[in-house]
Parts: sequence; structure tokens; C-alpha cells
Amino acid sequence: MKQVNLKKVLVLGSGALKIGEAGEFDYSGSQALKALREEGIETVLINPNIATVQTSEGIADHIYFLPVEPSFVEKIINKERPDGILLSFGGQTALNCGVELYRKGVFEKYGVEVLGTPVQAIIDTEDRELFVEKLAQIDVKTISSEACCSIDEAVAAARELGYPVILRAAYALGGLGSGFCDNEEELKELAEKAFSYSPQVLVEKSLRGWKEIEYEVVRDRYDNCITVCNMENFDPLGIHTGESIVIAPSQTLTNSEYHKLRELAIKIIRHIGIVGECNVQYALDPNSEDYRVIEVNARLSRSSALASKATGYPLAFVAAKLGLGYGLFELTNSITKTTSAFFEPALDYVVCKMPLWDLSKFRGVDHQLGSSMKSVGEVMAIGRTFEEALQKSLRMIGQGMHGFTDNKDIPVSSEKELDEALQSPTDKRIFFIAKAMKMGYTIDKIHSLTKIDRWLLQRLYNIHNTDRELSHVPSLKQLSGELLLKAKKQGFSDFQIARALHLEKNCSSMDKAVLQVRARRKQLGIVPYIKQIDTLAAEYPAQTNYLYLTYSAMASDIKPTHDNKTIVVLGSGPYRIGSSVEFDWCGVQALKTIRDNGYSGVMINCNPETVSTDYDMCDRLYFDELTFERVLDIMEAEQPKGVIISTGGQTPNNLAVKLDEQNVPILGTTAHSIDNAEDRDKFSAMLDRIGVDQPQWSALTSKEAIHEFIEKVGYPVLVRPSYVLSGAAMNVCTTPEELDHFLNLAAQVSKEHPVIVSKFMVNTKEVEMDAVADKGEIIAYAISEHVEFAGVHSGDATIMFPAQKLYVETVRRIKKISGQIARELNISGPFNIQFLARDNEIKVIECNLRASRSFPFVSKVLKINLIDIATRIMLGLEVQKPHKSLFDFDYVGVKASQFSFNRLHNTDPVLGVDMSSTGEVGCIGQDAASALLKAMLSVGMRIPQQSVLLSAGDPKDKASLLEPARLLHHKGFKIYATKGTSAFLNAYKIPNTQIYMDHEPGEPKVLQLLRDKKIDLVVSVPKIVDNENIDNGYKVRRLAVDLNIPLVTNSRLASAFINAFCSISVDELDILSWEELK
Amino acid sequence: MKQSKVTLQLDNGQCFHGTSFGYEAPTEGEVVFNTAMSGYPESLTDPSYAGQILVLTYPLIGNYGVPDFTFEPDGLATNMESDKIHVKALVVSSYSGEYSHWNAKESLADWLKREHIPAITGVDTRELTKILREHGVMMGKIIFDDDNYKNQDTTDESDDTSRKEYHKSSYESVNWVNQVSCQQPIYYNKGADKKIVLLDCGVKHNIIRNLIKRGVEVMRVPWDYDFNDLQFDGLFLSNGPGDPNTCDAAVQNIRKFLNSQRVRPLMGICMGNQLLAKAAGGEVYKLPYGHRSHNQPVRMEGSTRCFITSQNHGYAVDPNTLPSEWKPYFTNMNDGSNEGIRHISKPWFSAQFHPEAASGPTDTEFLFDDFISLL
Repeated sequence: MKQVNLKKVLVLGSGALKIGEAGEFDYSGSQALKALREEGIETVLINPNIATVQTSEGIADHIYFLPVEPSFVEKIINKERPDGILLSFGGQTALNCGVELYRKGVFEKYGVEVLGTPVQAIIDTEDRELFVEKLAQIDVKTISSEACCSIDEAVAAARELGYPVILRAAYALGGLGSGFCDNEEELKELAEKAFSYSPQVLVEKSLRGWKEIEYEVVRDRYDNCITVCNMENFDPLGIHTGESIVIAPSQTLTNSEYHKLRELAIKIIRHIGIVGECNVQYALDPNSEDYRVIEVNARLSRSSALASKATGYPLAFVAAKLGLGYGLFELTNSITKTTSAFFEPALDYVVCKMPLWDLSKFRGVDHQLGSSMKSVGEVMAIGRTFEEALQKSLRMIGQGMHGFTDNKDIPVSSEKELDEALQSPTDKRIFFIAKAMKMGYTIDKIHSLTKIDRWLLQRLYNIHNTDRELSHVPSLKQLSGELLLKAKKQGFSDFQIARALHLEKNCSSMDKAVLQVRARRKQLGIVPYIKQIDTLAAEYPAQTNYLYLTYSAMASDIKPTHDNKTIVVLGSGPYRIGSSVEFDWCGVQALKTIRDNGYSGVMINCNPETVSTDYDMCDRLYFDELTFERVLDIMEAEQPKGVIISTGGQTPNNLAVKLDEQNVPILGTTAHSIDNAEDRDKFSAMLDRIGVDQPQWSALTSKEAIHEFIEKVGYPVLVRPSYVLSGAAMNVCTTPEELDHFLNLAAQVSKEHPVIVSKFMVNTKEVEMDAVADKGEIIAYAISEHVEFAGVHSGDATIMFPAQKLYVETVRRIKKISGQIARELNISGPFNIQFLARDNEIKVIECNLRASRSFPFVSKVLKINLIDIATRIMLGLEVQKPHKSLFDFDYVGVKASQFSFNRLHNTDPVLGVDMSSTGEVGCIGQDAASALLKAMLSVGMRIPQQSVLLSAGDPKDKASLLEPARLLHHKGFKIYATKGTSAFLNAYKIPNTQIYMDHEPGEPKVLQLLRDKKIDLVVSVPKIVDNENIDNGYKVRRLAVDLNIPLVTNSRLASAFINAFCSISVDELDILSWEELK
Repeated sequence: MKQSKVTLQLDNGQCFHGTSFGYEAPTEGEVVFNTAMSGYPESLTDPSYAGQILVLTYPLIGNYGVPDFTFEPDGLATNMESDKIHVKALVVSSYSGEYSHWNAKESLADWLKREHIPAITGVDTRELTKILREHGVMMGKIIFDDDNYKNQDTTDESDDTSRKEYHKSSYESVNWVNQVSCQQPIYYNKGADKKIVLLDCGVKHNIIRNLIKRGVEVMRVPWDYDFNDLQFDGLFLSNGPGDPNTCDAAVQNIRKFLNSQRVRPLMGICMGNQLLAKAAGGEVYKLPYGHRSHNQPVRMEGSTRCFITSQNHGYAVDPNTLPSEWKPYFTNMNDGSNEGIRHISKPWFSAQFHPEAASGPTDTEFLFDDFISLL
């Protein structure tokens, strides 16, 4: 039973989304808060991630947009005096913070009970040595290495462990002297070499090619245990599970293996003493039942979020209830509502998780996958064959892939190159497997190179074979129903079929060819069916509508009622750079308004890290593709009253015109208007017509034309190719040489692939207008201002709302222009316009007729839910303009960006015209400085204690650092500076120490200072393009990131940050909850 | 390779079409579904499935092939649960002809063909399961679209007997236990201190493995054998197929044991639970669609201890019909049905689920320890 003394509970969130810690913790935190609220417990939430659903009204009682960091948490505990705290719902951030508070005795001091898993159990799993020892107590095998100081010792250790073994030279960087040994001879040879590098070698059992298997385990305080789900990685051991294609349930395990590992998982969770949920990862020998435990996560994790979505078992919700003292037998299965929560889901479908990497967004990043995570998001596909689930998932990641086959060809120069691509995994390996099959590689050969299980490779081969079969069909008419159905059962899209049949040759466009396939398919009666996820494989009826579509069926589980009361909301798909949790918030808010007004809300989305894919957020959830084909399938089944495409970011927005052509009723702004805003020519012509200024631009198809255009407008220019060969898609060029270099290397210029060149504005402010309009009239709006000058992508910029430093005239003109555009495009719904402002000159950069990334931020700061208003407008309900006084408040919100450069080895951590941040926070303060300070601390910045390094290339950047440098000096900070910056500061008599690179004569050496932790903050501002110094600057920036030393690369932001921490101390920051800000 | 079309026709006339991947001969049986996600070799050889057409709700079957059908020196199968496949036919959604596992010897299809078991793939097993759930289990026929069964061998004797059965009425009137029980007593681990009589109603080999692993001698006797005259320390009632009401001889013998002056420990599993209940004076009824899965939650009565169990049964004990000295031991947490009974003072208990697992979760293996400790 529940503990009666709990009246108020504190929940720690995970902060900004970063690589390795993303939206899944919004989902788990929201579930925990829902569970607490159901018990009538007052809840307090700390999470600076303002775009999350959990920080929305009605989820927690008191919300603090403050750093999840011990000193802040202690202050909040002191103020709120909660009875209990939940640590395991906010990822590693919350867990680490909790462990630190526990060690400091804070919980004891304030009488706060840690609910669920005891902190000591967490420590036992986090500390590698304790963990190995703990599992050894119950004879569970872990991966351990033997340290040896002689060849004889190494030989003995290897004999003990069994060959093959890995030998690593201790204390040697970069794997020097390491390698695999299959027998004693090889070991002796390698050990001899290794001892020449190092006095000690580590001998470890080689688990190369072992399967990686995970179990999600739940335990209550009565010692009852269940394993909710097991999962098998497509990629064998060696690739971080977050980087692996994951399949649930396991596909290649016998009953004996499955239950052996299950039994071990339960033994482990009991021995560690988890109350709630944990995840156990195993390595399993592909040639015996031998295993090793890789690790145990004593908290909700990415895998547990995936397991929840894969099975329909609400792990986080149940874990929270168990933390309150319930037994599993006291809870019910929330899908059937009649059976017990103490059970293990039986799946009658297969789930495939596909990671999404956005590596092309980063310069110089290593594409090799390994033990650390680089992916920024993931999708989950559900099917009744593995082929179907896999092909769905490859489309869901939305990186231009159509499935396993029929993608743009990957050029491979030789077999050797292909072999290497198969052997060493990258983000593209699955497509290299497709290529290898096309080139005639056998499954055995691919297996020997990749070690991927043959059963899985055979599934891929089936897809390959069907594709070949299709390619031999001479025409669509001659395509048999049997083959077509087989292809659809294997997850082929109409696009793939059209391409395999070479239909585009006889059609004016691929779009038309796809529609021909669709027509033929329907004529043959081949349509997908709707199936329910019910946790019990149809043994008991489900009360919820958690759905997917499949072709391996003869009937649908549900029949949507065509009562003209259904509104479909298209979700945003996987999290990636530029599209993240903020659109999940928008979608969830839209669903809420829809349901509050008596309509049925339907969600389509495929991202397991989201709240919008929680089946109790809507009336029907289709966990499926956001592709044109699948959305249309669902539209045909649902026949909704309307569809909302403007709350899911760019993915659904891109479908507007195509869906409109099929007479899908799009609510709000018309597809025609969306096209007029998205099409640069049309939009530009419209701006000219209504007399609104824009930076000069042109779409050009030859290099000559580009040079001609630049002669008119002058450098610098922003160059955006429509076809990218490699690297970033956009670039700023300041000289003809740079332009030629970029065009030759990175882009193609041709009639088919025009390049858009626009005048790049320097030293110009960027202003954002987020607004909602009704039939062309603006109803509510928010004007915010970037701290950085234009040139930093709006997704990376630090944003202040309300704008603090704009002229009244600028604001007036922005409102006027926005009104004109809203009228001209007859906007009904959310939209966003980005402006450039210098003096009072205003130019429009772009306009999106959909909710933007900053909607949750401005909505929460304003305390006016813009999505609610927008949804009401789209539903045709009456709305009233919020009173003017509501736009006038006495605090400031600052949105700051979170970067994950530490995960992306070798990439230069600078900001540019392409977005590179993975997440954001939004903090509110009584003035701009305190809000900025809170926000900067929330994204991992620390206030320097002693010394700061200043380095700016551009004279203007140097100048803007002058006042901050003076402030730093007055506050007693030691200033280090690079050569130019040092000279500049000397000229203004600001004492500083010049630093040197390793190859330069002179002391001190900057890299050594960093390694010795002698520098607390690095400000390194590169010129837009600075080939000479970029290398030195890169080394400093990269090392700062690798050593976790705070780094700022923009002079305006550095200046604002330095001003802020020099003018107020962290202790002076107010500790106010959201509702206390008035 | 040509794939034959094959149809499963339910008693209510509904048809499910698919392609054949097993032996090509018509058959019929009671159509039941199992929601387990692994363990098809164990399920197929489970004697409790005798007379039934097994539908697997997990769609991908055959992935890890089938291990070698070898036997240990004591006569127990190395990897299987008996010495042959007991299901009448297998129905799946998506059969994988290609398999991959270190322990696999052949494909599922080859095995099924060798043992003359028909199998269908390409069926919407979820839809089929929903029908069985709504309607209750029913008889079904496997029909081949063309009548030239290429594997047909009319001289095959076992085929001949089974074909005669088709013309008998339904599943329920048949004493399936009689068909799967051993004919003669079989001894395992002979000479051990403690002797257990194992009443074989269609015993799964893992029950025997679990007993001999604990160091006792097992005398496996036919289902209708009167063991009361033997010298033994404890009685074990096995699982088995079909209707417990057809096993009166066993009930009489168990009752004699219960009434004997010498009180000795008893444990029963599945059919054993039902026979014990009947011997004690209770009644057994048929469940609408039974419990066949690896995820059945049971709770030990009067405690907070819950277990995930492997189950395969179509009948259940009605605990309200038990005499007062018998109490429910376990109860199903989903539908409240009885999952085991125990005597209030004597060392007699039984479980409706399968503590020996194979296939399925191993949470309740401790019941064997409990039994052995009572000896």
C-alpha cells in the first residue's frame, strides 16, 4: 500500500536535451508526475527545460525553471520542504545530482525521503568496482579485465579467461599496443610489443561479435519482479545501445537463452535492491549460452522509454507508484484496465528502433560508431514482419531514405572500401549492407565482415530479393497482386515499388508514379489494416487505442467512427537538430484543446521519446510513419473532420501541398498559403508587392551567374546549395576564393541544382515574431530578440523575451510588417517570422506558417498558451484577443542552447549558420542578467573562480569584449589572452597574460593551462572564416570541450554572460516558481 | 519450390488461408492459441497439446531453427519435452525458412515434415485469436486446396489410426491422457534414497529433470496404474492433455493415496492439480479459451508473493467445490481462476501452472524444492 505520510514530493527533471539524454525523460517525468497527482500528492518539479510537456500547466503543482544542480535543489528543498524525492526520472543528470545531495547529507538534513530505489543501490551500479564486486557475490559474470605485469602473467590470465582475448596496454592513449589474440602464440607476440609501450597490460575476454541483449526489469518492495521486455541489438557488441538498431522482442534467442537471462536479471535486481525499474544489458555468446553483464542502469532510461512504447507497459508510471510503496499486484494494466500490472507483456508484432544521426550538421566529426553515443534521436517502427518494421523505421528517420532498397546509390570505389565500410560501423552501415547485397555479396560474407546475426541478414536479403523481383516486372499492369502484397508485407513503400519498376520514366514526376502504384494497389484490394497494441497478444480486449498499420493482416482491430468529430494532429517525428521536444509540446497542447472541446483527438507520430505518443494523450494513437503514403492511409481510414499540420514542425508542414491535392481537409492556414511562404520566389514576390524589405538574394544555376550577383550585392554572402556533396549545407563566404573553394568542394551548381546566394548581413540584430492569427488578423504575439548578432542560427541563439534592447520604432514596424504578412497569406493558426534589424532598418529573412521552436518558451513566459489559441482558431471556435496588459510583465525569459560537442569527437565547437545545438533551456528572472545567468548555468556553464581566457579574431569582436574584460579585471579575475587580443587589451591598459600555442616560443602554453585546469572559462570567438588561426582556435576550443571547461564562442553572448556574473552573484538569484512570477 | 495453399476452417465455418510449410495431409483438432514469444520446440513436444491445433500469436516463428532431437542415456530428450511432436498442426503468421542458431540442427519445416505435422504460415493469427477469445476454443480442420498430398503415405500406420480419429466426434470426448502416457513403468535415477511415484498423464521431460536433479528416484507409471501398492516416499502428478473428467482411474488411485494411513507428500502440476482436486472431492470446468502463455500472473493466497508463470491448460478447478480442508494455494491475477490448491494440514499441494517452465519463466521452480523438503 501507499505510504500515508507523503504529502509533497519533489521530482528532478533532466534539463536540456543532449546527446544521450533526450526527450525520453520528459516522457518518464510526465508519467511520474501523473502517477503522483493521481494519488493527490502535491508535486514540485525542477527542470529548466521550458519546452517540455512536464513543465506545462496542470502536470506539476510547482515548477522551477532552474538548474538541476545540488545548490539550487537544496535551496528549493529548503523552501518547499517536500516529504519525498524521486531521483530516477530525470536521467543521469537527476541521478548524479541526487547522489551528490545524498553524500552531502541534504536529504537527511531536511527529512526528505528518497522514494523507490535507495541511493546506495544507485551508487552500487554506478561505481564500476562496486558493481563488479556486487555481482560477483551472487556469481553473476561481468566483463572484467586482469592487469598483468609480465608476459607470463598475461598468458595465465588469458588461459583463465579463455581465448579470444583483447590485450590493452595500460596508460597508453589511442589504443597503442592493443589488439585481439586468438591463441597463446598471438598473445605472446602482442604482449611483447605492448610491454614496450607500457609496464602493465590489461587482458580482457574478447566479446567481439557477441550479441547484445537488454532486459527491462521491475521490482516492488514486496520483492515481486517482472521483466517487461527484452530487446536484441541488430549490431553486435561494441556499439553503444543508443547507436544500435534495436529489435523487441529478441529474435534469435531460444527459450533457454531468453529465460536464463531473464532469471539472471531478476536475481540482479533483487540483490541490488532496486524498487522501481532498472535495465540490465548483457553480452551473449553467439556460439553458446555464455554471457556477461555489461551494465545495470538503476533508473528509467532511453531503453525503458523504448520498452514502454514497444510493449504498451507504462514503466515510468508504474515505477513511480512502486516508489510510493505500492505492490505490483495492487496496480492494474492500464491498457486492458481489467488485468493486473503484475504481468509480462506478450507482443504479437515486432518492433524496430532506428537511431537518427545528424552528423552532417557538424564539421569534421568522426562518423565511426562505437561505445559512446552520437545519435540525437530515434524512431520506433511496428510491424508484423521484421522486414516491414525495419523498412518503416528507415523511412521514419526522414533522412531521405525510402526503405532498405531504392535509395540514392552510395558510390563505392572498390570491394576493399565496401568491406571496410561493413567491418567498421558508421551511421550508414545498413545502406552499405544493401549495397553489398546488390554487388552480390553472400550472407556469409556479410556476416563475417559485420558479425550481424545471419537471421537478421537473411531478412534484409529477402527485401533485396523482392526488390529484384519487382525490377523485372515490365509494367505496373503486369505486376501481380501476389508480388505486390509480398512487397507490402515486407514494408515496401509505394515509392520503392514505383522506383523498382522504373515508373518515373513514363511519368512526368515521381509523385505521379507513386500515386499510380497506390491506385493499382487499391484496385487489387491491397490495403493496410489497423492493429492494436494490447500487451496481451489479443488474450484480453484492450480499452485503449494504441495502433499501427500492417499488411500482414486480414482485418482491422478497430473501425474509426466517421462522425465528423475527429481531428488528426500530425506529430513531429524523430528528434533531430532543429526539431525537438518543443514540437512535442505543441502537439500535446493541440490534442488537449481538441479533446477539451468535445472532439476526438488522433495523433500520428513515430518517436518513442515523446509524450505525444503516450496512448492516454489522445483518443487514437497511430504509432506509424509520417510519410505521405501512410498519412493518407490513415486519412482514408479515419475520414477526419480536419487535420492539423502546423504544430509538428517542418515534417508535417512539408506534406501540406500533397495532402491538399488529395483533398485531405487541412485546418487553419491553407496549403496554398503555406506554399506561398515556403517557395522563395513566391514569398519574395509577395514581400516586394506589399513593400516589405528582405536581404537581396537570387537562385543561380552557374558559377558565372553567382559571381555576377555578388558583384552587385558585395561580400559576405550566404550560400545555400540545393544539392550538398559533403559537409554543411550552408556557408558564409567573404572572398571569391572562399566561394570557389566551397562551390568546388561541397556543392554542385547546375540547372537541376540551383544555389541560393543571399547578402549576409553583419552586425545586425535578429528578432523573432511568434504569433497566432485568425483569418489574417493577429490575435496574440511575442517578439523576442537574439543576444547574438545575425549569423548564428536561430536555433543556437540565446533569446530574450520580451526583447530588451529594441527601439520602440523597431517593435512598431515589426508588428506592422507581421500584420501585413498575416493578412496577405490569410493566416489562421500559428506562425513565425524572423527579422533582421539594424538601426531601424527591418528586413524579413523567413516566414514559417506553423508553430516555431520558440512557441513553448514564449507561451510559458507570457503565460498565454499560443497553441491553445491557434488550435481553437483552426477548429473554428471563437477566440478573444488576450488583453493588452497581459503582454506587459515585470520579468524576463532567456532561452539558451545546449550543445553536445563533448560527444562529437573532433568537431569544431563553433556556431554558424547551420544549427548545431541539441537542446535548450528557458529560465525566468526578475531582470535580464539573472535570467541569463540561470539559463547559462542550466546548460552546464559554471561561473569562473579565478581566470578567463579571451580570444577574438575580428576587431569588432575584440571591441565588444573590452568592457567585459575591464569588469573581469576589476572583479579580480586573471585574464589570459591570445596574441592579438592581448595586444588589444594592452592598448587599453587592461592587465593580461599572453598565451602561446605549443609550436610557438613563449610561455605559458595555453593547452597546458587548460589541462592543468588553470583556466575556468574560455571565450574563443573565431572570425567568420579565418583559415590561418582556425587551427589554433580549434585546438583550444576542442580541448576546452574535452576537458569540460565552459566555452563561449560568440562575443555578444560572452559579453552578456560576463556582465551578468560580474553584476550579480549566484547566491543572489531568486528561487521563484513559475506561478510566483507575476 | 511450390508452396501449397492450405486452409484452416473453424467449426463455425470461418476460414483462414495460408501456405503450407509442414507435412501435407489434412487433420483436425481443437484450435487453441498460445501467446508465448519463444519456445516453439518445447511447446510442440509438450504432450498437453495432444489433439490440438496450436496457433502462435507471436508472428515470427522458426528463427532459431530446431535443435538436435537426441536423447540422454536415461531416455530423456536433450532439448525437447517428450519424444515427439504432439500438436495436430501449427498455425503461424510468418514462418522463417532460414534459421540461425548455434544449437540448431534443422529447420522447423523439416522437422514438422519428418514428424508428419501440417503447418500453415501467412495467417492473421491475431484475428484468429480474437475469434477464439470471443467464441471460445473450437474444433478446426486443416484442408489442402488440392487433394494430391505429395507426402502422403497410405501405408504409414500411425497416419492410419489418426485418420480414423477424424471421424470421431470432437476433442472433448477423447481420453487424450491414455494416448500420451507411458505404457510401462520407467525408472530414473534408480537407487536414490527417496522414491517418487510420478503419475504420467503426459509428463513433460523437464518435470522429470527437475526431480532427478534433486537427487530422488523417479518411478514413472502409466496414468491408470495403481501405484498404492508400491514402496515410495512421495507422489507426483504430472501435466497432461484433455479433459480430466476422462481420467477416472487416476482419480480413484489418488483418492486411495489421500485416504491411506501413511501420509506422504504429494505435488501436482496442471492436469495433476485438476486430478487432485477431483480426488479431494472438487469439480473441474472448462475455461472458454484456456491459459496458454508465458506471462500468467498468479498470487500465492494470503501473501504478497506473486509469480509470472508458464501455463497450458483448458480446464480449471472450481475452488468453491473443494471440501473445507482444501484451500486455494494460488490464484490467477487476471481472471481470478484457481491456480493451485493445498491441504490445510497435510503435505499435499498442486499448481495449475508449470513450475518446470520449459518453455517459459522459471520463477516457481522453488515448488520442487518445497516438495523435496517435505519427503
